[in-house]
Amino acid sequence: MKNRRVVITGLGVVSPNGTNVSNFKRAIQQGTSGIRYIEQLKELKFSCQVAGFPVYKKNYLNNYFNSIQLKGLNASGMEYGVISGIDAWKDAGFSINKTDTPNWDCGVIFGTGILGVDKFREAVYKVDQGKVRRLGSTSVTQTMASGISAFLGGMLGCGNVVTTNSSACSTGTEAILMGYDRISSGKAEIILAGSTSDSGPYVWGGFDAMRILPYKYNDNPTVASRPMSATASGFVPGSGAGALVIESLDSALKRGASIYAEILGGHVNSGGQRNGGSMTAPNSVAVQQCITKAIENSNIKATQIDAINGHLTATGKDSTEIQNWSEALGRSGIDFPYVNSLKSMIGHCLAASGSIESVATVLQLKENFIFGNINCEDLHPDIASVVSRDRVPVQTIYTSPNIIAKASFGFGDVNACIIFKKYN
Amino acid sequence: MTNEELLLKLKTIIAPYVQNQNGLDSLNENTDFIKDLEINSANLVDVILDVEDEFDIEIDNESMEKMITVKASLEVIESKLSAK
Repeated sequence: MKNRRVVITGLGVVSPNGTNVSNFKRAIQQGTSGIRYIEQLKELKFSCQVAGFPVYKKNYLNNYFNSIQLKGLNASGMEYGVISGIDAWKDAGFSINKTDTPNWDCGVIFGTGILGVDKFREAVYKVDQGKVRRLGSTSVTQTMASGISAFLGGMLGCGNVVTTNSSACSTGTEAILMGYDRISSGKAEIILAGSTSDSGPYVWGGFDAMRILPYKYNDNPTVASRPMSATASGFVPGSGAGALVIESLDSALKRGASIYAEILGGHVNSGGQRNGGSMTAPNSVAVQQCITKAIENSNIKATQIDAINGHLTATGKDSTEIQNWSEALGRSGIDFPYVNSLKSMIGHCLAASGSIESVATVLQLKENFIFGNINCEDLHPDIASVVSRDRVPVQTIYTSPNIIAKASFGFGDVNACIIFKKYN
Repeated sequence: MTNEELLLKLKTIIAPYVQNQNGLDSLNENTDFIKDLEINSANLVDVILDVEDEFDIEIDNESMEKMITVKASLEVIESKLSAK
């Protein structure tokens, strides 16, 4: 049962530029930005008053939550996570388990950085007013980090692992690898893996305070997020959720499931906050080792990688990341793979970034395209000196990538890299 | 407020939490919230909060513990209303 092949059979996404997979696919092919000006952020005196958040009508939730679950629901990350998770599950051809027996072979690994911030704010006010008895039954379930995996696990009736991982901005990519590991080692057949991130000022405020968000684009939001650009000036905060149904190839073939792509392998590590690494900056040696080990684990050669979906947030670290990819792969100039960053369109969705970006990566393999980077006409000179201009497309290229590497890096000096391959 | 009016108000309050519709349709004084209506025990505190809001009363812990049937709930609500 060791090292079984693992494939992706379902996708779900709730992104600032598309709240289902087909709208999302069209948006990333057309370079549609989901970054908007938010009046509330101005009123609250934020420097950066633009952000990415999914847009849908409240009654859309009736398709996913029952009336009891909706009562007092005030956790945007819970909404995004449940919508994307249920969509992915149905996309994989599964129905909701309505029996009394849990699906012992099916699990949920759904990460988040922090959940139900608005609900927690509600609770803090009540507690401080001496009204703890008025909190109701949902304060805990909407604000515990594992609330999202608990909701999904219960809705779907999963009986395998049901947990929430948390590793800052590498959370989503890490969740997929945790699912991959569990299936490849034979401990599960199917894992709903993904991640979610709340939206709103209480999540984004801390980053605004760190002065790492752009503040010159409040009247021009769609050009604010500029990964790899010479004029990049910080990341635009985002939110949403991405979900992937990961399944053993055996199980997928047995039930005749439609297969999006294969996961060849990957690696997670940490730079130990040494050698240039810190709470907020990556140790380049660790980043390169993470990429190299992911390639080794996948039994491929660096030359086989057709494209990279980077972390690339639009800070000064973008050039360092490109340099790290170049050194890890031993490739540069015209020989460098295509590279893109979804953050140019949707901002940095924090804990959700890895899963939303993985959904985009898998769509590229399945639908034969490399989406263009918007706001990157002025490629940063430090990147241009390493990578040929045409390797950083500004418009979508319709080609057939076979292998794409996806990496995410997070606060705490933690890294995750996955190798996805077209299934054939 | 008559008993019937009180019962109707209570029925409206608990309806969203009920998982056994048949139990709600045949609601009477002896109906048990958990056994007959299959209300999740965690949601009982939400029912109590909704009752407090609807009748503008405060239900202490001891009274709350009694409120597991329609009959007991009506008694608690009536006594709190008369004490207002």
